[in-house]
Amino acid sequence: MIETRNKLPSRGGDANPPPTADKESPPSAAGDANVPSRDISVTIRGVHAYYGRFRAIKNVSLDVEARKVTALIGPSGCGKSTLLRCLNRMHEEVPGARMEGSIRLYGQDLYERNVDPVLVRRRIGMVFQKPNPFPTMSVFDNVAAGIKLNRFWFSRAELGDTVERALTHAALWDDVKDKLQQPGTALSGGQQQRLCIARALALEPEIILMDEPCSALDPIATLKIEDLMRNLIEDYTIVIVTHNMQQAARVSDMTAFLMMDEDRAGFLVEHGETKQIFTNPKEKRTEDYITGRFG
Amino acid sequence: MTRVEFDKHLRELKNELLEMGSMVEKAIARAVDALKRRDTEMARQIVEDDVKINKKRFDIEEKCVELIATQQPLARDLRQLISILHMTVDLERMGDHAEGIARINIRMGDEPLLKPLIDIPRMAQLGIDMTHRALQAFIDLSVEGARAVSASDDEVDALYDQVYRELLVYMIQDPRTIQRATYLLWIAHDLERIADRATNIAERVVFTVTGKMDEVGVSKY
Repeated sequence: MIETRNKLPSRGGDANPPPTADKESPPSAAGDANVPSRDISVTIRGVHAYYGRFRAIKNVSLDVEARKVTALIGPSGCGKSTLLRCLNRMHEEVPGARMEGSIRLYGQDLYERNVDPVLVRRRIGMVFQKPNPFPTMSVFDNVAAGIKLNRFWFSRAELGDTVERALTHAALWDDVKDKLQQPGTALSGGQQQRLCIARALALEPEIILMDEPCSALDPIATLKIEDLMRNLIEDYTIVIVTHNMQQAARVSDMTAFLMMDEDRAGFLVEHGETKQIFTNPKEKRTEDYITGRFG
Repeated sequence: MTRVEFDKHLRELKNELLEMGSMVEKAIARAVDALKRRDTEMARQIVEDDVKINKKRFDIEEKCVELIATQQPLARDLRQLISILHMTVDLERMGDHAEGIARINIRMGDEPLLKPLIDIPRMAQLGIDMTHRALQAFIDLSVEGARAVSASDDEVDALYDQVYRELLVYMIQDPRTIQRATYLLWIAHDLERIADRATNIAERVVFTVTGKMDEVGVSKY
């Protein structure tokens, strides 16, 4: 049904991964340096990210576990959003921006020469801080947009089914099933954000990136999206950047804490299970940050 | 309804609390049963099994702390979690008292009981019953149920008084009975403390519902 997919491996991992040498990947049980353990979806190794000559992220290495929520927390300017945008190759869209290091999705290097960034962004979807449904499109067309843009062939019935499935997964179907032709912007803020999530889900991504998805929403809409995230991880891996530490604590399974050093480059201080980070962090800097002892 | 995740974890914690309560009730019942039958083998088993009760307490405590840290509970949610933390301490001490009874049983060895046990099993049954009702009152968030528990505490205290007086008479009439009498006195004391702990649990229920820490009933003793 879905044709012309480029060579990004599926969730189960490629049976024969490409033989690119990468000394920085942890060896698997089989001894192959390129095949990560099945529980890790994204492997980040030695990532530096630049805006021109300014280094925004310094030497970040981290494994993102599959079908869990990983939260990136840290003070403003520590590179959380930059790191997120490296995962789906949006960072390079900024003029002068570049990345060094490696980022692999189920063992496949996302920055390899023959990899199409557009295809990366299909497999790694993104939701932004301000809900941004396409303003001229209906609810239905918003969700269908990605499918149509990628020129998959769909019959009308299949398209309808996919849109319904995506809206259901985004906990929005009941709200909009009788209003599919209304403009996407006619929905409330929380609903618009769930519409954007549905839009990403329609492409059946494996990873969903969320950059402060709730900061523009009221508390009730926020909690609905947090509950939605906990449901989504049955099928998807989620990485969320949030300023709101309490949200990170509520919603995530794993937390990575980043800070800026003297030259304003962000680096990873600590990464671990959320319940351990918030009850007994290993690093004093982490403890100071989460207990609000700044400066 | 939101906070689905938090509610689920809270429900699981309450189930674990009930499980711990059940472990403790069994330990008390078995300790007194082993005493009646002078079964030191069962007594040894009860002493061994107390480790499991202690572990259960720490497991529940750990989960409470994690839930408080990650879910920022407020109001009644917070009071429930704080109360669970306190109640696991009470339950763990009750387990220790049951273990204490078992240890005395072992210490008595082959010596016969000084007198047939009548009040002591009655105290044990009341303690078990009070524990069960106090925990149920927590699940039901019932102030009434909690207050009823304290009425039973008076009964246990009265029985303890009676046991004490009886044993005093034995000791005064025949000093050779002092050792065996004190064993029974300690056992009665363990059971009286168990009932007090159950009353503490009941007080926590009232705190959870009303937000006030009150003595549930002023004892006459």
